[in-house]
This record gives sequence, C-alpha cells and structure tokens, in this order.
Amino acid sequence: MSEIAWLVPVVLTVITASTPLLLAATGELITEKAGVLNLGVEGMMLVGAIAAFAAASATGSGALGILAGALCGASLALVFAVLTLSLYANQVATGLALTIFGIGASAMAGAGFVGFALQPLPQLALPYLSSLPVAGPILFGQDVLVYLSFAALVAVAWFLARTRAGLILRAVGEAPESAHAVGHPVIRVRYLATLFGGLMAGLAGAYLSLAYTPMWAENMTAGRGWIAVALVVFATWRPWRLLLGAYMFGAITILQLHAQGAGIHLPSQFLSMLPYLATILVLVLISRDRAKIRLNAPASIGRAFRAEH
Amino acid sequence: MIRLEPRRQHSTLMVYLAPVLAVGLTLLLGIAAFSLMGKDPLAVLHAFFVEPVSTRYGLTELGVKAAPLILIAVGLAVGFRANVWNIGAEGQLTVGAIAGGGIAIYFHQSTNPALLPAMLVAGAGGGMLWAAVPAWLKTRFNANEILTSLMLSYVAVLLLSYLVHGPWRDPAGYNFPESRIFPAAGTMPLLLAESRLHLGLVLALLAAFGCWLLLAKAFLGFQLRVIGLSPRAARYAGFSERRLIWFALMLSGGLAGFAGVSEVAGPIGQLLPTISPGYGFTAIIVAFLGRLHPLGVIPAGLVMALTYLGGEAAQITVGLPAAVTGIFQGVLLFFLLACDALTYYRLRFGRPTLPERHAT
Repeated sequence: MSEIAWLVPVVLTVITASTPLLLAATGELITEKAGVLNLGVEGMMLVGAIAAFAAASATGSGALGILAGALCGASLALVFAVLTLSLYANQVATGLALTIFGIGASAMAGAGFVGFALQPLPQLALPYLSSLPVAGPILFGQDVLVYLSFAALVAVAWFLARTRAGLILRAVGEAPESAHAVGHPVIRVRYLATLFGGLMAGLAGAYLSLAYTPMWAENMTAGRGWIAVALVVFATWRPWRLLLGAYMFGAITILQLHAQGAGIHLPSQFLSMLPYLATILVLVLISRDRAKIRLNAPASIGRAFRAEH
Repeated sequence: MIRLEPRRQHSTLMVYLAPVLAVGLTLLLGIAAFSLMGKDPLAVLHAFFVEPVSTRYGLTELGVKAAPLILIAVGLAVGFRANVWNIGAEGQLTVGAIAGGGIAIYFHQSTNPALLPAMLVAGAGGGMLWAAVPAWLKTRFNANEILTSLMLSYVAVLLLSYLVHGPWRDPAGYNFPESRIFPAAGTMPLLLAESRLHLGLVLALLAAFGCWLLLAKAFLGFQLRVIGLSPRAARYAGFSERRLIWFALMLSGGLAGFAGVSEVAGPIGQLLPTISPGYGFTAIIVAFLGRLHPLGVIPAGLVMALTYLGGEAAQITVGLPAAVTGIFQGVLLFFLLACDALTYYRLRFGRPTLPERHAT
C-alpha cells in the first residue's frame, strides 16, 4: 500500500487541474453539437470566476458562489446568442468580443477582490468510504463541483446518444434546414445549447476561484477556456474522449508543477509553456486526418441559420 | 413584432453608419452605467474622451498608441477578409520585439546607423516566423489557426519573460527583470520634440495605404476577397487557398512583429516582461471597426487608442479601474456586431406576410 500512497496527492491535484477543463469542454460540446461555435469560453469562465468569488465572499456560502458563477456565465452566453442567433452576427467575431469583454469586465469587477483569500469549497466526506486508504480521498473526498463535472459528462453523453431531445439537438447541428423543415425550433434549440455552454463555463470559472486557487487574480483562467475549445476538437465531438482529453491536460499541468520537485531544472517559463504546446500538438494530431474531422464535426458549425418561413 | 428581413443588396450606407452608431450606443450605455454607479456621467466621459487629448502631449500620445493598433489591424483586416483568423497577433508582436530587441541588446555599444533598420527587419521577420507556425500547421495538417495562433501567444509571452528574467537581464539593473536600455542608434526617431511620437506612426499609415492598394488594385487582393466571400467560387477559379493562407498570415504576422519592435525601440526603449497592453487583441476590434478596410482601420485605430488614454486618465481623475478600457472595447464590438445586422437586413415591424400562393 505504501508504494502507491505517494500517488494519492498527485492524483488529487490532477483531478483539481482537470475539473475546470472538463466542465467548460462539456458545455462547449453541447453548444457545438447544436451547430454554434462559441469562442468566448475564456471570457465566460473569467466572468464566472469573479462572480462566484464575489458572491461567496459576500455571503460566505460556496453554494451561492457556484450559482452566481453559473448564472453569470450563462448571461454572457445569452449576449452571444442574441447577437449570433437573432442578429446573425459572425460567430467567430462575437466569440472574440465575448472574451475581450469578459477579461475587462472580470478585471473591473474583481479590482476590489485582489489579495483576498477564501475558504476552499468543502470536500463532501462520506462516512467510512472517505477514510478508505487511497480510494477514499480520491473517489469519496472531492468537492461538489468535481462530482458535478462527472455527472454532467455522463448526463451529456446519455442525452446526446439516448434521448429524443439529444437527437433533435444533433439534427439541428447537422442539418438545420432539414430540422426546421420537419418542425423543430432550430433557433430555440441553439439558444438553449448556447446557454448551457455558458452555464458550464461559468461553473468552470467558479471552480477555479472557489476550489482550485480560492482567490481572485486578473486573467486567472490563463487560457483554459481556449484549451477547453481545443479539447472539443481533440475529442472529435464525442463525450467520452472529452474525459480523456481533460484529464490528459490536467496531468500535463501538474507535471509542470512536479517537474521542479523531481529535479528537472528547466526555467519555470518553459514548463509553463507545456499545456499550450500540448494543445497545439494534439490539435495537429487530430486535425491531420481531414476525413475524420469532416465526419465528426457538426456539419453546420459556425454557420448562421435563418428560417425562410 | 420586429423582424429582420434580408436586403436584396447590402446597404452601403449602413457599412459606414454602423461603427458610428455603435460608438454612440456604447457612449449611451456608459452614461447609464456611470449614473447608476453614482458618478456624474458627463464628468466621467469628459475625463475619458476629452481631457486626454486636450493637450499637445495628449494628442501625440494618441498617435503613439494608434501606431501599433493600425499596423496590426491592417494585416488582420486583410486576413479576416479571406477568412484567415489570426488572433495570435499579440504573440507575433512579442516575438517581433524579442527578435528586434535581441539585436539591440547584442550590439548595445553600436553607433552604426544600420542598427535600427536591422532591428526593424528582424522584428518583422520574428513576427512572420511566429505566424508561419499556424500557417504551416493549417496548410499542412489542417489545424485550426485560431487555436494554434492563440496558444503561441502564451508561449511567446513566456519566452519573453524567460529572457528578461534570465539571459537578457540588464547586468547593471539591480536584478530587476528588464533588459539593457537600447542604444541611441537602436531607437525610433521622434517625429516631434517633447513627445514620444515616433516614426512608427508614419510607417503604420504607409502600411495601411500599401495594403489598400494591394486589396483594391492587385490580383492577389482580388483573390483574397473572393476566397472570403465564397471559398467554393475561389476553388473553381483555381485560386490556391494554401498560398492565400500563407500570404494572410505572413502579412499580419510581419506587421505585428514590426509593431512589436517599434514599441520596444520606441516608447519603451528596452525589453520588459510586459510590452503591450493587449494591442494584439484590441487590433481585432480595430479591424472590425474599420470595416476590414485598410484605410478604415486608421480612424478606428485612433478611436481605440483614445480608449487606452481614457482608461489611464479615468483611473487618475475619477478613480475607475484601468480595466474599464477592456469593457469599453468589448461593448463597442458587441454593438458593432449588432448594428452590422442592419447592413444585410432591414427592420420590419408587424407580422410577416407570406408570399402569395398560386393554385395549381
């Protein structure tokens, strides 16, 4: 047992580094499956992070913090939805606007919170189970958002593969004209999918500022929103591969922290480059197979839909 | 009920009116927001938009901030037209500054007048090199240039941080993460005495004009526009998509790198861990505000430069955080994208009328 005991803290930190990626990428997956490309994940995460931090420090309640993060992420997604779905604005440009706005708005709202610390989200301890060796702290000693990230992924996988509503969502993403012709409300489905993406990005931000590092710092997402977008491509729009990707990236993030402890004396800046370089690498590995991307990407992704009648 | 009905032909008037409308709406929203915050909105707007440019020095600072924005946005505008989304200009700017700045640091005792030209060429080359990566990954491996160029921005900023904390740190700099001050031969000539306005602005205007000629007069510019409007038509016509992707990224990367070296050889005068307040990202807004037109980018660059000056001034005079600049820029782009709907659609009130059906 003692040989693997050292693994426990490593696995625990990998989970904390992976959870925000998994939350945000699960949301973006649903958005993209409906044919909407929202590149504003980074901005929605930042706004979610500061909203959660502000609400939690004002009320002392982590639950209210989580709620505030999710709602603010979703409201930013609503702005995106109105612009792209009702006013037919370019989705790439609007996503970039969302990120630029999110960086500014979160920095402004967070100006008064820099330097404050917060109690991290409590671990949901289960009697007996949590005190099991090794499996206890890993499986039964996490905070609510970690469990939620898994629950959301399972729910999304089931929703897309097994439910009628999931089928409609995929139809809207693949062939909006046909979906419209058989009477499905394309725009309404896309609104809901976009809002869900924002909600999950907000939760991802809340996880960063409430659990990962329980404090607020400007730009604290450090590109995680963009990595989440890349993960959806890496997963070729399939939920289970999202789990693999998110945990792989979580592990890379942690690798860089542990590398210095393990006696690898690279300057810290080079180690910090790892997640970004890894993102480029996996994008290249996945995208080089053009046929695979074309088969798996929602066919109407990024294209505006306008009902003729 | 309000609906959007497609126009037969897009409205030329709205193309030019939309940015004006967007600025106006942003100001109105600002007035409402500041009133709610209990601040005198007119005083804030005055502090933000009038005070910074009410002195000669303020006006020259407008040019200092507008120069990098125009340089970068001109390149981006050309690319965006061809649906090449280089959003990593911040990284290309940083690598340009590293490449040009490296020469100044290596030859810090030089008085050779060729030093500055060499730095500028190296800066543009550095930016092109950094943009060549997404170009190569896109054309060779089909990797999305949005994500790769953005990821490389983080890498570039970390690289600069490593250099000024490590090998390029000023040996006489008391351990501050700063490089040597560049020698006089490696700094941009000033346009006006007692200001920081440097040659970069002139070069930015020349770049804008040059790109306008390219788009309006050259066959390559025509190909770029066609590929943006209809990739399929471009393929049928036999235009090489690969070549246009390379061209768009080399142009925007080179101009961003040039902007980076102009900044460190101009108003900054050395390498620092942070050399840009997000010019590479703001330039995206400048490109859209300037209607993706190389000449339109010039007034748009001046407007966005004003938001930087205003943010700094509002911090001092009315006690707003500097981040208000980012909010202003983001909201402006939101309104602009919303107003653009009116370019291609007209507002219709009332219920839609179904086209008449003829009995068969």
